[in-house]
Amino acid sequence: MKINNPAIAGTLESSDCLVTVEPGTGSVELDLESVVIHQYGHQIKKVVMETLKRMEVEDVQVHIIDKGALDCTIKARVECAIFRTANQTKNLPWGGAIR
Amino acid sequence: MNRNKKRLRRSMMFLNAQKPGLIIDPYIYKPDSIMLDLEDAVAIREKDAARYSLFHALREIDYRGVERVVRINGLDSEFWQEDIRCAVAGGADAIRIPKAERAGDIKVVEDAVAAAEKEFGVEDGRTLIMAALESARGVMNAMEICDSSERLFGIALSGGDYTKDLQTTISGTGVEMMGARQHMIIAARAAGVQCFDTVFTNLEDMEGFRKEVETIHTMGFDGKSIINPRQISIVHDIYTPKPKDIMFAEKVVREIDEKKAQGIGVFTVDGKMIDIAFYGGAKRTIELAKASGVYKGDL
Amino acid sequence: MKNAVGREIPEEILKITGKEVFQGNNYKEGKEYHKQGPMVKPVMDHNTSKMVSSIREALIKCGAHDGMTLGFHHHFREGDLVVNMVMKEVRDMGFRDITICASSLGKAHDPLLPMIEDGTITGIESSGVRGKIGEAIFHGKLKKLAIMRSHGGRVRAIHSGETVIDISFIGAPTCDDYGNCKGIGGKSDCGVLSYSFVDGQHANKVVAVTDCLVPFPNFPADIAMTRVDYVCVVDAIGVPEKIATGAAKPTTDLRKLMMADYCTQVVVNTPYFKDGFSYQTGVGGASMASAASLAKVMQERGIKMGFAVGGMSKSVVDMLDAGLVGKLLDTQDFDLFAVNSVKRPNHHRISAGAYANPFNKGSFVNKLDYVVLAALEVDTHFNCNVVVGSDGMITGAQGGHPDAAQGAKCTIVICPLLQGRIPAICTDVTTVTTPGESIDIVVTDYGVAVNPARQELLECLKKADCVPLKTIEELRDIAYSIVGEPEPVQFGDRIVGIIEARDGTIMDVVREGKD
Repeated sequence: MKINNPAIAGTLESSDCLVTVEPGTGSVELDLESVVIHQYGHQIKKVVMETLKRMEVEDVQVHIIDKGALDCTIKARVECAIFRTANQTKNLPWGGAIR
Repeated sequence: MNRNKKRLRRSMMFLNAQKPGLIIDPYIYKPDSIMLDLEDAVAIREKDAARYSLFHALREIDYRGVERVVRINGLDSEFWQEDIRCAVAGGADAIRIPKAERAGDIKVVEDAVAAAEKEFGVEDGRTLIMAALESARGVMNAMEICDSSERLFGIALSGGDYTKDLQTTISGTGVEMMGARQHMIIAARAAGVQCFDTVFTNLEDMEGFRKEVETIHTMGFDGKSIINPRQISIVHDIYTPKPKDIMFAEKVVREIDEKKAQGIGVFTVDGKMIDIAFYGGAKRTIELAKASGVYKGDL
Repeated sequence: MKNAVGREIPEEILKITGKEVFQGNNYKEGKEYHKQGPMVKPVMDHNTSKMVSSIREALIKCGAHDGMTLGFHHHFREGDLVVNMVMKEVRDMGFRDITICASSLGKAHDPLLPMIEDGTITGIESSGVRGKIGEAIFHGKLKKLAIMRSHGGRVRAIHSGETVIDISFIGAPTCDDYGNCKGIGGKSDCGVLSYSFVDGQHANKVVAVTDCLVPFPNFPADIAMTRVDYVCVVDAIGVPEKIATGAAKPTTDLRKLMMADYCTQVVVNTPYFKDGFSYQTGVGGASMASAASLAKVMQERGIKMGFAVGGMSKSVVDMLDAGLVGKLLDTQDFDLFAVNSVKRPNHHRISAGAYANPFNKGSFVNKLDYVVLAALEVDTHFNCNVVVGSDGMITGAQGGHPDAAQGAKCTIVICPLLQGRIPAICTDVTTVTTPGESIDIVVTDYGVAVNPARQELLECLKKADCVPLKTIEELRDIAYSIVGEPEPVQFGDRIVGIIEARDGTIMDVVREGKD
């Protein structure tokens, strides 16, 4: 999936994360700020990369400010931001690319 | 018939599907059902975001047997079809239709649900439906709504919008909702489905809440909509049969079984006149006690 | 060398401190030692005045010098002004290499940070360090090893001569011109002066600092004049609103109420719950709620508490009013209700040593039936961590935690399973402050775990069927299944502090942060 526009999803509330997505500069770039960076930094990055892979996104810049979100919330916010770049709100691949 | 259709639903707790902090472990408060809301709790520009949160919450969070009901957006919105696709794909146990007014509304949703079950490989008939009646017309059409679908397990009153439609307000006396409550419980029982009462929004008035739950319990309602975990224990307390009621019910069931074999139709138990008509109620008391986790007998 | 809780204590730390590793709670039981006494400067001449006009004068007269150890109490909590006031003077006078031996330090002492950075302060011995001081130690800015002790441990260290206090500054809400100090009757009342009792007895020089001079004799005194060298009157020793707050509102958080309820069920279904039982509770929301629901059961069953000990607040004072508890034994007051109750019969003031010193002939914690404590982390060996956050930051205080935990017959730790995304129940705590052998029961919002070493308690709770019982491993697994297993914090190489066990052996080390 090609990223042509920027988009944001999520909030800075406790247990949530704010995901900002922008068109990439040739690869997947991820930068992460988290209140639990020591304990879950690697896990969060893993979840984000897996989600992007499932959505076949190979060229994107992702910025995340995490306030202790669980994996399911991180996935939800990343997927939301990505689909928002394409303005797609119907006929989404539930259970497919979204898993 | 879907075996979850008649499950215990004393408390149905509303939860905003968009609030990550709240959806992590709602089962800890032990509601019978939770209602993950895509409608009123979610702002218009976040309707899309709420679906992703809902989908992953349904798939990845352990609810320990608590029923998951998803309240979709109204049929007058542009959102409800994708809401149904998302909820069914996620494995929701039921869909709650807001502002239901006629049997046709239920049928429209039913078709969409069936199509989604097929599209996403969900077992046909797994997803139940409930209808929220929020207007005068909806309440008047309660009977046809209750009869409209095999998937429909019950109807619920949405007092706030209903009283506005009646052009009055919630007074605290219950007078403004009397008609709707009576009409709905009668329709639900005639059709053999469940009936649920509206939310009580004043969390400071636990005494008033208790009185309201006692009233609807006596009227025959199966349960109440909850907006805060603090309300759950009061509902369960009132809806759980007391030990002496359970003991009496056990006696009734045993005596009726025994007396039937002897050909006796009417007799007394603990000074009360009992005949075969009491059997169903006594059995229901024991079933309710079992479902509430307080039954220690062997019937 | 590995100690009895499985923590590795490097040889160099043993060498620098001269201490042994922790070898079990009762390792030092019955081992005699010689109690140390202070230097005493007699005042025989009736013309000698103890009044000094300033902290500076007090320091000079007490022979302040580089490398000295200064003692302080923390009865004023976040409202304390004494430590900063004294240390400012110490630094202005050019003294260096100071060790602070306080019963605790908090965010009120953030102004000490520059003094740590410039080497004025090189050592800290405290039950806890919060705020900027904690951060500074975590980043390796303190020259010497920080020593974290329990309340009982501080008294032991001073009695045994391990720590010698050159000058102790006792903030006294009221004081007379000869040094009789009281915790009430002034403008910054804190109720009691329990932590300073040992300073009065063992510090080489004792300075009473007050903002309310009263006529002689200020009796009955908490700290007697016979132990005080000088008296200094200042404008303010504490900020009243931050010392003793209004009563904490009872919690409405359903999770805390659930845990409080489990806690009460544990107490009433275990054998020590009978007329005359003893109890200690903390001031957390769940802790106080459990005291309240316990009071209800006590009234129903006609059971009275023999005594309550430790930190006092409205909920315990209410019990005294209701005739539910025989005596209050007070070591610290958290709110105005407790402070005002101090004057009443059956509300007694006890010293920190009488409360919890492990090296005396038997302290009050040994007579406790139940104690309800909190924790940052509990691991599958039931070890507790109350000092180091799971990100490695030094953020809490031992207080009387290890003391009461060892002493009580039934030690209960209340702790929500998850704090945000951090699991409080984990495989190994970041730092051990209280050993698992002291902890009997862990209450979380997901269930209650009983230490396998207490099978008889487990049987009682199973029989009563009153709480959802789980093993501690099951609780940890539930936590990890929800939030994922956390990675252990990466620390730097340098050890910046030690966690002392009650008996002075080393329970664990505190490492500096990694950049």
